Amino acid sequence: MNRIFKRSNVVFLGKTLLRLLVLLIALSVATFTLISFSPIDPIEAYATGNLSMSVEQKILLEQKWGLNDPPVIRYFKWVGRLLQGDFGTSIIYNIPVINVIADKVFLSLALMATAWVLSGIIGFLLGIIAALSKGKLADKLIKLWCLILASSPTFWLGILMIMFFCVKLGWFPIGFAVPIGIDSKEVTLWDNIYHMILPAITLSLTGVSNITLHTREKLIQVLSSDFALFAFAKGQTKIKFVRKHGVRNIILPAITVHFATLSELFGGSILAETVFSYPGLGNVAIEAGLRGDMPLLMAITLFSGIFVFLGNFTANLLYKVVDPRIGVANE
Amino acid sequence: MNRRKSIIIILFLCISILILLATAGIYITEEHYAVNFANKNSPPSFDHIFGTDFMGRDMFYRTLEGISISMWIGILATAVSSIMALIIGFFAGMLGKKIDAFITWTIDLLMSIPHLLLLVLICIATGGGTKGITVAIMLTHWTILARIVRTEVMVIKTSEYIQTSKRMGKSSLFITIKHIMPHIIPQLIIGSILLFPHAIMHEASITFLGFGIPKEIPAIGAILSESMNYLTSGMWWLSVLPGLTLLFVVILFEVVGDNLQRLIDPTSVQE
Repeated sequence: MNRIFKRSNVVFLGKTLLRLLVLLIALSVATFTLISFSPIDPIEAYATGNLSMSVEQKILLEQKWGLNDPPVIRYFKWVGRLLQGDFGTSIIYNIPVINVIADKVFLSLALMATAWVLSGIIGFLLGIIAALSKGKLADKLIKLWCLILASSPTFWLGILMIMFFCVKLGWFPIGFAVPIGIDSKEVTLWDNIYHMILPAITLSLTGVSNITLHTREKLIQVLSSDFALFAFAKGQTKIKFVRKHGVRNIILPAITVHFATLSELFGGSILAETVFSYPGLGNVAIEAGLRGDMPLLMAITLFSGIFVFLGNFTANLLYKVVDPRIGVANE
Repeated sequence: MNRRKSIIIILFLCISILILLATAGIYITEEHYAVNFANKNSPPSFDHIFGTDFMGRDMFYRTLEGISISMWIGILATAVSSIMALIIGFFAGMLGKKIDAFITWTIDLLMSIPHLLLLVLICIATGGGTKGITVAIMLTHWTILARIVRTEVMVIKTSEYIQTSKRMGKSSLFITIKHIMPHIIPQLIIGSILLFPHAIMHEASITFLGFGIPKEIPAIGAILSESMNYLTSGMWWLSVLPGLTLLFVVILFEVVGDNLQRLIDPTSVQE
C-alpha cells in the first residue's frame, strides 16, 4: 500500500491532472476560436431544420443565444455553462448535446476497442512471424502488406470491404448499427455485434502496420542479443525461445506503442463510421460539421481530446512500469 | 551493378512517374471527361481504361485530373509545412528553455486532437473549399518534423565543433548557415517527402467527408465519395481504380523517401 501512496506518485497524479486541465482550457480556447471564425451562421443552420421560423423569432433567438456579444464574453459564457455540465443543445437532434454523446459513445467505444484489440493481436503476431523469417519470403510479404495498408486511406478500404463482403458475398449488412425497420427495443446484442464486425475489421487494418513493424524491429533486436545466442547454443529452438523469452521482452513496449495510437484510431473511426453509416461519435461529428451544429462538434472535440490524453497517459504510465529507469530519471 | 546504382535508378524511375502524373493534370481539360450519355456506366475497355460513370464521363481522365490536383495541394502544403517545421524547430532548439517549452507545448496541444478532427475544424473555420483544405493541411503537418529538427539542433548545438567555432569568433549566423543547416537540410528533405503521403491522404479523406475540395472538381476524395452511391450496382471500377491510383502515388512517394534516406544516411551506405 505504501508503495502506491508514495509521495512521488501523488505528485505525479497531481501533475497529470493539472496537465489535463491546462490542455482542456487550451483546447476549448482553440476550438472556440476556430469555430468563431467560421462563416456558418448558427441561426441559419438552426433555421434550415425549422422552416417555419419567422424573422422576429430569429432575432429573439439571436438575443437568447447571445450572438451579439463579443467572442470573449461568449467564450466565458460557454465555458461557464460547460462547468455546470451544460453542453448546450444540439441543433440537428434538438436534444441536449450531452444526451447525444451519451447515446453514441458506447457504439463508438465498442467499435474502437474491438478494432484496437484486433489490430494489436494481428500486428503482434505478424511482427513475430516477420522477425523470425527475417529476409525470407514471409518477411518480405508482411512488409509489403504493411506498406500497402499504411498507404491506403481507411475510407477506401471500407468501400472495398462493403463491395466485397456485403454486395458480392452478402455476408454482412450494409451500414447502420442495427437492422433497419426494427423497433429499437427488439435489437439484440448480436445485431449490434453483427453490424460492427466489418467496420471494426476495416478500422483495425490501418492500425496493423504500425504495431507489426514495431514488433518486428524489437524482436530482431532480442534475437540478435547475447542471451539469445546463448539460448540457441544450448539448443533451444527459435519458437520456444520466442515463447519463453521473446514475448516477455517485447509485449509491454508493444502495448505502450499501441496506446499511443489512440489519436489515429479516433481519426480512423470517423472515416470508418462515415463509410459504414455506423451511428457513432465520428459519424455524428461529421454530420454536425456539415450541418453547422457547433455545440455538438465542440463537445465531441473536447471528448476526443480527453480520449487521446488518456491514451498517452496510459502509455507514459506503462513506460514507467516497463522501464524503471524512466521513473528514476523523473524523480 | 551495385546497390547505390540500383537505388539511383529506382529513384529516377519513381520521380519521373510522379512528375508525369503531377503535370498530367495541367494538360487535361474538361473535354477529356466530357458528359456523354450514350456511353454511360461502361466497364473498363480499351477506349476507356478506367470505365465511365453515370454521366458517361471518362474515369481515367477524371482520376488523372484528381490525382494531379491532390498532388499539387500535397506538394504546396508539404513545402509550407516543412519550412514552418524548419523555422519553428530551429527556434525551439536555439532560443532557450522558455521558448522551447512553449513550442513543445504548442506541438503537444496540436497533437492532442485527432488529426482528422483538427483538419475538419480548420476547414470549418476557413469556410472549406480548395483553399481551406490546403491551409488546413499546411497548418497541421509541421509538428512531427519540427520535433525532429528541434532534437537535431539541440544535439548539434552542444557538439564540440560548434563550441570551437564560437570560441574562434564566428558569428551565430555563420555557424547556423555553415555548420547547423548542412546537417538539418537533408533530414528535412527526406522528412518532407515522407510527410507527403500523410498530406495527400488527409486531403482525400477530408474531401471524401465533404469538407474539402468542392464536388464539381474531380478530386480523388470527391470521386470516391460519389462512387459510394453506386456501391450496390456492381460498378466496381468507379471506386477501385481511382483508389488504386491514389495508393500507387502514396507508395511511390514512400519508396522515394525510403531510398533517398538510404542514399543519404551514412550508416546504411555500406549495406
